[in-house]
Amino acid sequence: MPPSTRASAFAELAPFIEVPSPARWRRLLRRDVLRRLSGRAGLTCAAVVCAVALFGPLLAPHDPFAITGGSLGPPSAGHPMGTDALGRDVFSAVLYGARTSLLVATGVSVIALACGTTVGMLAGYYGGWIDNALMRATELFQVIPRFFLAIIAIALFGPGLDRMVLTLGLTSWPVLARLVRGEVIAVRDLDFVRAAEAMGLPGSLIVRRHLLPHVMPSIVVALGLLYGQVLLLEATLGFLGLGDPGTISWGMMAAQAQGFLRVAWWLALFPGLAITLTVLGVNLLADAFSSARAVQ
Amino acid sequence: MHTVNRRFILGRLLQVVPTMTVILLISFLLIHLAPGDAVFTVAGEHGDAAYYAFMRHRFGLDQPLPRQFLTYLGRVVNGDLGFSYVYGRGTLGVILERVPATLLLTGTALAIAVVVAIPLGAVAAARPHGAQDVGISAFALALYSTPAFWVGQLAIIGLSLRLGLFPVQGMTSAGSGAAGWPHAWDVARHLALPAMVLAAQEVAVLVRIMRSAMLDELPRDHVRTARAKGFSAMQALVRHALPRALLPIVTIIGARVGHLIAGAAVVEIIFGWPGMGRLLIASLQSRDAPILLGLFLVVSLTVVLANLLSDLVYAAIDPRIRVR
Repeated sequence: MPPSTRASAFAELAPFIEVPSPARWRRLLRRDVLRRLSGRAGLTCAAVVCAVALFGPLLAPHDPFAITGGSLGPPSAGHPMGTDALGRDVFSAVLYGARTSLLVATGVSVIALACGTTVGMLAGYYGGWIDNALMRATELFQVIPRFFLAIIAIALFGPGLDRMVLTLGLTSWPVLARLVRGEVIAVRDLDFVRAAEAMGLPGSLIVRRHLLPHVMPSIVVALGLLYGQVLLLEATLGFLGLGDPGTISWGMMAAQAQGFLRVAWWLALFPGLAITLTVLGVNLLADAFSSARAVQ
Repeated sequence: MHTVNRRFILGRLLQVVPTMTVILLISFLLIHLAPGDAVFTVAGEHGDAAYYAFMRHRFGLDQPLPRQFLTYLGRVVNGDLGFSYVYGRGTLGVILERVPATLLLTGTALAIAVVVAIPLGAVAAARPHGAQDVGISAFALALYSTPAFWVGQLAIIGLSLRLGLFPVQGMTSAGSGAAGWPHAWDVARHLALPAMVLAAQEVAVLVRIMRSAMLDELPRDHVRTARAKGFSAMQALVRHALPRALLPIVTIIGARVGHLIAGAAVVEIIFGWPGMGRLLIASLQSRDAPILLGLFLVVSLTVVLANLLSDLVYAAIDPRIRVR
């Protein structure tokens, strides 16, 4: 098995991303990321989607559940993305859908971040049998097919966003844990950590003050990519009818389009486009961030 | 080719046991934590009292939990994944029937992806940040950000419905009783579009891995030596850098088998391809929990074995890998 290096920790998520080192990554975020076309494009996409998620209901011209036009009307001035089979406005539904996607992806990321950072820090900092046990557990979790696990959990427990977030979150952390562990091992024996230890600082403080800042940039990139993946997973689960039936999601809209591909292309085009632009924005940001670092 | 360290192989094989045990434990816990009587989960919701009494006894549901888990383990090891009332027979049989179609789809998609992605990645790496590289990398990132069902729906709308290039649904033409070569041609025509749609996701990942692996290899001594000895840049790239850049590809293909099967499920649903994905959605609709759990186990085992296989292949072709 390839040894658990930084590179192989990324193997599943995105082996092509170069891991940034901690050197002045705040400045890097402000200047170097935004100087890149990919960084600006990514940030624009992400900002638009966030704004829509926050203010979508205010921006929407119609109630997405109300019948406001003819059945299966093509895009027009009153309905820029057309209407669905029941005559409901697709544009309004797309605006409402952003909230669901971001809610799920953010929830999953928070869980994965908490679990992954904790496990990786403990394993990397303490080493020995703790490292061994935690990494075996991480490998076990890494092979669980999370998409199918989420399907089973939702099928058995009934549809709902909470169980979707929980199953995806609890199966998404291994990549982060392996990454954090690798980063911590790389700096654990450097002088500044040794000095902190010699001064008698407690382990928890060393981890927070000295190790976490070094790991942060890598976490940001990995988390960005994870966020994009989870957005796609959430959309796919929604497409399979496993989302919350009372909440509008882009995946659910795409599933409803499946029956009308021959007569109403707009039903399939716009929800999918919304997902793609959102995921692309997140991926572009992560990409810009890591390549800005690589040039330095 | 050298002999792979025997301890490495043995150790790696033994890892499969705890991994599968944990996966079985998760599926066992899900059965018992789910609201409602566990017997509905293993036997479906459409039986009568006598049948449930029989199944309860058969799965040992009247015994304490740890004992039940052992019974469950024993059953699964013997290939008994439960009974589907909807299909009226054992779950494993129903699932295995669907494997060939899914295997044909995923295998074809993977072949397409490898054939497309390796040259693209190599071309992109030949001149980093050149026009070709920027184009190929942007294309790969865009594909990586696209949900499979959207690509599938757009492909159906554009290529099948508008242009009539491909059949819209299914694995064979309706009512076609063809056999032999005409049958194979019919299946191939139906296979082409879903396989390309499924391949798109893999192309996105493989291109970028290939590119970064090539960028790692190109500055190395053996490539520079080849150049110094008078090989052209192209020859050095193809004959000296490319073979070693293929190593990460092996790992990634192994690590992404789970994604590939999940993608196949979606593509099958969109294109009406009669594999495990169609079975999945049908079982979701009929609330056929035994089939769903069986699918989870079969997919998990496939993922575990694929990881094992890719590790072994990697160890066999990369002499640097030893026991850790």
